[in-house]
Amino acid sequence: MEFEQQLEVIKSAKVLMVGAGGIGCELLKTLALSGFQDIHIIDMDTIEVSNLNRQFLFRQSHVGQSKAKVARDAVLRFRPNINITPYHANVKGPEFNIDFFKQFNVVLNGLDNLDARRHVNRLCLAAGVPLVESGTTGFLGQVTVHVKGKTECYECQPKPTPKSYPVCTITSTPSKFVHCIVWAKDLLFAKLFGDKNQGNDLNTRSSDGASSSDNAEDAFERRAGEDSEHYGRRIYDHVFGYNIEMALGNEEAWKNRDRPKPIYSGDVLPEKLSYQNGNVEDCPNGDPSSVSAMASLGLKNPQDIWSLRENTRVFLEAFKLFFGKREKEIGNLIFDKDDQLAVELVTAAANIRAASFGIPLHSLFEAKGIAGNIVHAVATTNAIIAGLIVIEAIKVLRGETNKYRMTYCLEHPARKMLLMPVEPFEPNKSCYVCSETPLSLEVNTRRSKLRDFVDKIVKSKLGMNLPIIMHGSTLLYEVGDDLEEDEVANYTANLEKVLAELPSPVTSGSVLKVEDLQQEFTCNINVKHRENFDKEKEPDGMLLSGWTEIPTPEKENDSSLGKEEIVSTPYQTASLGTENDDLEIIPAGVDIVPGGTKRKLSDISNATTSSSAGVLDVTVNSQKPEVIDDDNDVVVMIDGGNLNANKKKKMLE
Amino acid sequence: MENEELTEQETALYDRQIRVWGVDAQRRLSKSHILVSGVSGTIIEFCKNIVLAGVGSLTLMDDRMVTVDAISANFLFPPDEDMFRGKSLAEVCCDALKDFNPMVHVSVQKGDLSSFDGDFYDKFSAVVVNCCSLPTKRLINEKCRKRPKRIAFYTLDCRDSCGEIFIDLQNYIYEQKKLDGTVECQLQYPSFETLVELGKLGVNSNLALSCSIPLDLVCESVTESTKEPDLVTLPVHPARYVLIFEESKWIFGCVNFDGVSAPRRSTLRVFLYSPFSCQEAVAVHWSTLPRKVSKVYFGMRDCMSLIRVVIEKFEEAEGRKAGETSIADLPSILKLKKELCQAESFNEYHIPDSLLQRLLMGTMEHPPVCAIIGGILGQEVIKAISGKGDPLKNFFFFDAMDGKGIIEDIGSTNTEPEQP
Ligand SMILES: [Zn+2]
Repeated sequence: MEFEQQLEVIKSAKVLMVGAGGIGCELLKTLALSGFQDIHIIDMDTIEVSNLNRQFLFRQSHVGQSKAKVARDAVLRFRPNINITPYHANVKGPEFNIDFFKQFNVVLNGLDNLDARRHVNRLCLAAGVPLVESGTTGFLGQVTVHVKGKTECYECQPKPTPKSYPVCTITSTPSKFVHCIVWAKDLLFAKLFGDKNQGNDLNTRSSDGASSSDNAEDAFERRAGEDSEHYGRRIYDHVFGYNIEMALGNEEAWKNRDRPKPIYSGDVLPEKLSYQNGNVEDCPNGDPSSVSAMASLGLKNPQDIWSLRENTRVFLEAFKLFFGKREKEIGNLIFDKDDQLAVELVTAAANIRAASFGIPLHSLFEAKGIAGNIVHAVATTNAIIAGLIVIEAIKVLRGETNKYRMTYCLEHPARKMLLMPVEPFEPNKSCYVCSETPLSLEVNTRRSKLRDFVDKIVKSKLGMNLPIIMHGSTLLYEVGDDLEEDEVANYTANLEKVLAELPSPVTSGSVLKVEDLQQEFTCNINVKHRENFDKEKEPDGMLLSGWTEIPTPEKENDSSLGKEEIVSTPYQTASLGTENDDLEIIPAGVDIVPGGTKRKLSDISNATTSSSAGVLDVTVNSQKPEVIDDDNDVVVMIDGGNLNANKKKKMLE
Repeated sequence: MENEELTEQETALYDRQIRVWGVDAQRRLSKSHILVSGVSGTIIEFCKNIVLAGVGSLTLMDDRMVTVDAISANFLFPPDEDMFRGKSLAEVCCDALKDFNPMVHVSVQKGDLSSFDGDFYDKFSAVVVNCCSLPTKRLINEKCRKRPKRIAFYTLDCRDSCGEIFIDLQNYIYEQKKLDGTVECQLQYPSFETLVELGKLGVNSNLALSCSIPLDLVCESVTESTKEPDLVTLPVHPARYVLIFEESKWIFGCVNFDGVSAPRRSTLRVFLYSPFSCQEAVAVHWSTLPRKVSKVYFGMRDCMSLIRVVIEKFEEAEGRKAGETSIADLPSILKLKKELCQAESFNEYHIPDSLLQRLLMGTMEHPPVCAIIGGILGQEVIKAISGKGDPLKNFFFFDAMDGKGIIEDIGSTNTEPEQP
């Protein structure tokens, strides 16, 4: 009967899984157990120790190997007769084009970043393949179904953009620990160990101009024959002492703020560094990546909050170790949450800065979470979400359009439901991805360069991978391996020109056509010139708008529910699981939406999470009309008790 | 709470989940001991989850020998007889689970859980019971309850696209996280026994539960009387009588599943009378069902439970073990159903053959449902052990058909307002 038919569609289906991580491992297992016979799986990542608590197909001995390949082998052990094709590759790679996608009956996403999700969404739309999308964080999760023309696409509702902080908050007026982390990671660490050619705002002080920064650059150069501890102390005194001293000189800035306190290493730690735990010169295992300041200082527990003195010791020790053990890497280092020494240095620096500004200090464990945008993850939520993905995938394969559901996995029950199915939305008619509605861009065409447009709009906002930019019939920009040298030179030159001075000048009223051939995705942008932008609020210096939210129909007068409907609902996939998205800082603090107000589901995406106490809390008001278990719905069993015959009857109208 | 620190190895391995529930919770987990009786696909999912989470130990009980198709939703052992010849299900699963997390001690206990007594249970923080009859579950629940130390008790049932979890944490006190700090929160769980009593007694004002159900929606005939009706003398035995005491009047009706009538809201007291003996009453969950959920719930629960009664009576008569029925038994079971209904003057219509057939056929577990139920149960056990998060009280029900994962608080005798 029912079950046999189901098995038939499952057996003949060809499915593509994108992601072999937390959700991916669970999904591959559940697909295999459910009878799927032809599964392709893409993942560019390799296995890490911190994956093992939930990515159960992997073992300690697999650390460093391809997730997709190890997952395949693990599943074949209990289902030897099915076909699993692994790809250890980036889903954005050119080999995964429209034709590749077209061979599948359904695509299942278990991804961890917005960029890849948008990319897959576009390929699925272009190839006409249904997509089941998912995401989890802590105990929260969700599964959504995206079928072209039938339900909304992944991008029909704007996704929350990664949180960014005004430069001056970071450089001059931090008020939260996260500001100190951003400063330590993106400014100090990058300045000390990163690419010297990259611009860096470390010495920028928004208020006191350039008066004192004339010879500031010299402060970061190591002097000939300088001992590394001495060098470290000089840097320390410069960034935590001298720079604060200079900032204090600007009385205006501290009128309504607490004045920071300059900190000098000699005051905190007058004596030379000493070691509690043997000789620092020992390099354990001879492996530079295992070098640790904590180890050489005898600090064990990453949960401890170090004193200012301890932070100073860690800072100086980590600094010394970088120059002593990892000198070759200096100049090319990028902060990585799995680089112990980098995390130690950033934690210590952030804490010293926090102490200076009267901000509470944090443990290395906490600092690492903030600096590395580490997503909270547990096995159970991933297992549940994977189960729900398979249930939706089977509906998609059977073409049961009216049964599709978005399902939320909640931490606190809403209307007695812990798993809450919601009817999918219709496609957004003004979605710039699936409806080709033009966008509009306000920009200073005489000041913004084509490069700004490419970086901040085309890549960051539109998520394009290989863009082509056209103005009328003029090709302004293009990337690709098959370009001629003169073309490359031409486009590179264009990048540095302001919009109004391009070969085909872009001014108010111009229409730019931006296209990504791989994603088979085109959009038109109406340009409007604007002279001034608020530096703090519009740091990009341009404003993209035009894709509006779906107008929510006022279905009824809500009187029966309204007030009591404060429920706990997860926020949208975009903000779930962005482990690798370095731009984003997970905001702290709980966003509470007062009850009684009507909210669109998209507003849920604005909910932020509180992670300070461990368990996540997201409290928002859910949208009422789309929830299946409507208060006024009479859901009863008829037809002699056949469970299939649960009839949903609306008595609203 | 002892303040032992987690080892470096533990901190590295559990990094992501410590960020969810904190170090204290992780420490409590690593000191907990879980007993699982009866291996199924859902239980395997559950075991995977708690072993990954890092409980202290897991003890498995299931002496059944492994066969190639013993468990359809199994990902622990390959379909290769040489791998498990002569081994019990518990042994095979134990070997595989050890591999998931070397820091968890996984072992096998031979024997039948219901034959163990008293202090055997004292070793465990939580007991999970699966693949056994209702009376056995009741017995084990009572044994756990009699121990001096609180033992969290769970039962698990999965068939076809449905799954159900029952939770008994007895008197559970925990820190509830609020927006402005934490408050101490106390939950009183009813035992299986209480639920059985509830069903059996039917009319007992001590078990009155306050709830809001529009009477017209659940009853097709409504009679009012100032005297308490005598159920024994009632002329017919429909599937379910609803007896309501409202404003000094007894209102009596029989359940109607059509639900087509004008809603009328009032706070009512609901009692239950069930046509079969006390044993099955536990499966007939009645209580503080809020209106909107109750409608769904009545429909599914009711027939499911009656069908279970029929299947269990069949198993009992035939000397079969729980779950040892198949579609081949359908004719005999249908015959038994007829006899039972006649003996009880009970309308056969209320036990539809189609559903009976589906449940007999659907003895196979549905892997996605196993993952979901095993995930929810894993989360619940972790919550109860770690003291982090609000535990469910006291039933969880999932049906892939409608996709809802519903929580029901059934049979609680305390009528204090619920936490929002
Ligand atoms: Zn769209």
